[in-house]
Amino acid sequence: MDLEYSPEHRAFRDEVRAFLDANRDKAPNVRNPTPGQPNSAKAWQQLLIGHGYAARTIPREYGGYGAEPDILKTRIIAEEFAAARVPPGNSGDNRLVPTVLELGTEEQKRWLVPPSVRGEMSWCQGYSEPGSGSDLASLSTKAELDGDEWVINGQKIWTSGAQNADMMFCLVRTEPDAPKHNGISYLVFSMDTPGIDVRPLVTMTGDAFFNEVFFTDVRVPKDQIIGKRGEGWFVANTTLRYERGGLGDSNEAETRFNRIVDIMQRETVGGERLIDNPIYRDRLLKLQGQILAMKFNGMRVLSHNIKGEDAGLPRWIVKLNGCELNHQMAGLAIDVLGELGLLYDGSPYLRDAGFWQARYMLDLGLIIGGGTAQIQKNMIGERALGLPKEPKVDETRARAATA
Amino acid sequence: MDFALSEEQRMLQDSIDRFLESGCPLTRVREVAEAGDSRADDVWQELTNLGVHGVLIDEDYGGVGLGLLEAALIAEALGAAAAPVPFVASAIMAPVALAKAGSAGQKETWLPRLAAGEIVAGVGVTEQIGRRESNGISAANGKLSGKAMFVLDAAEADLLVIASDDGALHLVDPRASGVNRTKLKTIDRTRVVAEVVLDGAEAEVLPGSVGNREPLLSTIDVGRIVLAADTLGAAQVMVDKAVDYAKERRQFNRVIGSFQAVKHMCAEMAAELEPCRSLIWYSAHAYSAIPEEGRLMACHAKAHLSEVGKFVARKSTEVHGGMGITDLLGLHYWFKRIGFNRQLLGAPERVREEAARLQEWV
Repeated sequence: MDLEYSPEHRAFRDEVRAFLDANRDKAPNVRNPTPGQPNSAKAWQQLLIGHGYAARTIPREYGGYGAEPDILKTRIIAEEFAAARVPPGNSGDNRLVPTVLELGTEEQKRWLVPPSVRGEMSWCQGYSEPGSGSDLASLSTKAELDGDEWVINGQKIWTSGAQNADMMFCLVRTEPDAPKHNGISYLVFSMDTPGIDVRPLVTMTGDAFFNEVFFTDVRVPKDQIIGKRGEGWFVANTTLRYERGGLGDSNEAETRFNRIVDIMQRETVGGERLIDNPIYRDRLLKLQGQILAMKFNGMRVLSHNIKGEDAGLPRWIVKLNGCELNHQMAGLAIDVLGELGLLYDGSPYLRDAGFWQARYMLDLGLIIGGGTAQIQKNMIGERALGLPKEPKVDETRARAATA
Repeated sequence: MDFALSEEQRMLQDSIDRFLESGCPLTRVREVAEAGDSRADDVWQELTNLGVHGVLIDEDYGGVGLGLLEAALIAEALGAAAAPVPFVASAIMAPVALAKAGSAGQKETWLPRLAAGEIVAGVGVTEQIGRRESNGISAANGKLSGKAMFVLDAAEADLLVIASDDGALHLVDPRASGVNRTKLKTIDRTRVVAEVVLDGAEAEVLPGSVGNREPLLSTIDVGRIVLAADTLGAAQVMVDKAVDYAKERRQFNRVIGSFQAVKHMCAEMAAELEPCRSLIWYSAHAYSAIPEEGRLMACHAKAHLSEVGKFVARKSTEVHGGMGITDLLGLHYWFKRIGFNRQLLGAPERVREEAARLQEWV
């Protein structure tokens, strides 16, 4: 058990702090972009790449900084940017870019990675369909080869950011007669391609973060496929792995917890501080215990990752527990605020700009999205505990039954 | 930065596990429980050879001088075996009380004997956490009077460490006149607690604890972390047994673990319990390495493990179906052990309240 950082990593942390002190005024204001400075986000990203604080391990020839992977340094960068409340940089798209770097052709890497990293090519993910959620591999949006082009027809849903994205990476069925996992291909194409119709999907928060995307005879050049024809499922799993790694950040959970403590110490009902109510207080402390346990679990996973080991069970539980805890925190914040917790949408007396109501709904979405809690439990049960899968329903019979 | 056990720590874990597997199987636990014995003496004596008794005792006093993390790993193994041994009071709480507050002479007299397994110590601090009825201990002129309940591992102990109402710690010879102890039967037959009634009994105060509650509080902290670690071990066994059972038991022509209802119970247990391991490691490590966090972490370890332990004890029993509640299967030994650990040295609600006070939220 060694919780100290090495001198090299301590020095690195100092370096990041010094950079943030000197440059924080150059960071774009995410909430209220400065008019007339449309490129501040791109300039910021470029500055961060130059210092190795964004696109850190992406090779230089593809527009990155080209550092050797060092999980702890990546973590230190994230921690320091969060602590300074300065918007961090990115690596283009943390799902698409690693996938292309791992499985794309040289030409695809040069085409897709540098502009993504510079912030000039943004991405959305075309995976889920109305009929294919948890059972993603059953997807039915099809692409047929016509000469040198794929012709895509079908529909995607839950496509976050589709209204603003330049490009989509998309799973389509190209081999209708193959078993479902072997009939899928992974295509990339511009969102400006004719035949793509993006319709916003308003959720319970009132925002249209997600979209439905319809494809009618969308023609995409044949070589815009990542990996081989029929291997898209395995290409996508590379991407899903990166996405799952990003959920359930325990530092963020701790920050959020401290905000609830602040509310409970500041707000009063009938002259009594919220934290003086023993029932609210006990809920708060219960959550603190759970958050600490997950924080230390995260340190354990990190230590395995540093050594290049698979953490196993401690890793499998992160998405399930992390999303659940976030949701419970938002729930507690709303409950302690009582009637004030109901306020929304810029109402007078609104607390924390309506953050908690939005989170309560958004976090429920996150419990469902990216692999539902129930799918997570299946994976924990089957992959970590070795329990047998549900017996397979014969597919022909199942089709006959629903026909 | 490495949040993991060292090679030595894993070896310690392995050696205790291996010994307990052969030296303290469920049949031995059952014998002790059914006979109403206070401990499995053979197991306890054998553990001396593995350095268990002296884990926290300084090498100068014949111990092995390891940290609380090592002690927690031992406790986890003992919980996993439901071992009927007086580890918590005799190897953890009493040595810490003596080390923190004892005079040179007291340490010289008692620590080597505890480390060698020549004597067993019981510890009575319950009144400092949750005083019942008119219990309490008053100290005057080197004598103690009053009643202490739930004195841990005291029934056949050779030495008692008793806290008086002012928070001072005293050594009492349980066989001296004016000392009356009565074993209290609990649901958990693998550990013993006693009521100790003192009527002007001779006592020797630990001088460092006079006018200073720190030694008492540290003694409680280590007790809490080690009880929580015991729960971790017991709960892990309950999860493992449930998973094994779910892989074997067939109904409707399928192993029941292939039903999501059962699979999800197993996954929920694993998802709740796995982070507890990291919480125990951190708390035990913090007690010695990050003292400013130690007490708060001890509270959270005790409270959180109690909650998760209770959840696992219930769910594991359910996965086993009707067999889960039989004596034949013996799952109840772990179920009860977890229940015991939950209430001793502060139930979760009380301990969380302490955590709130420590953070000056109240």
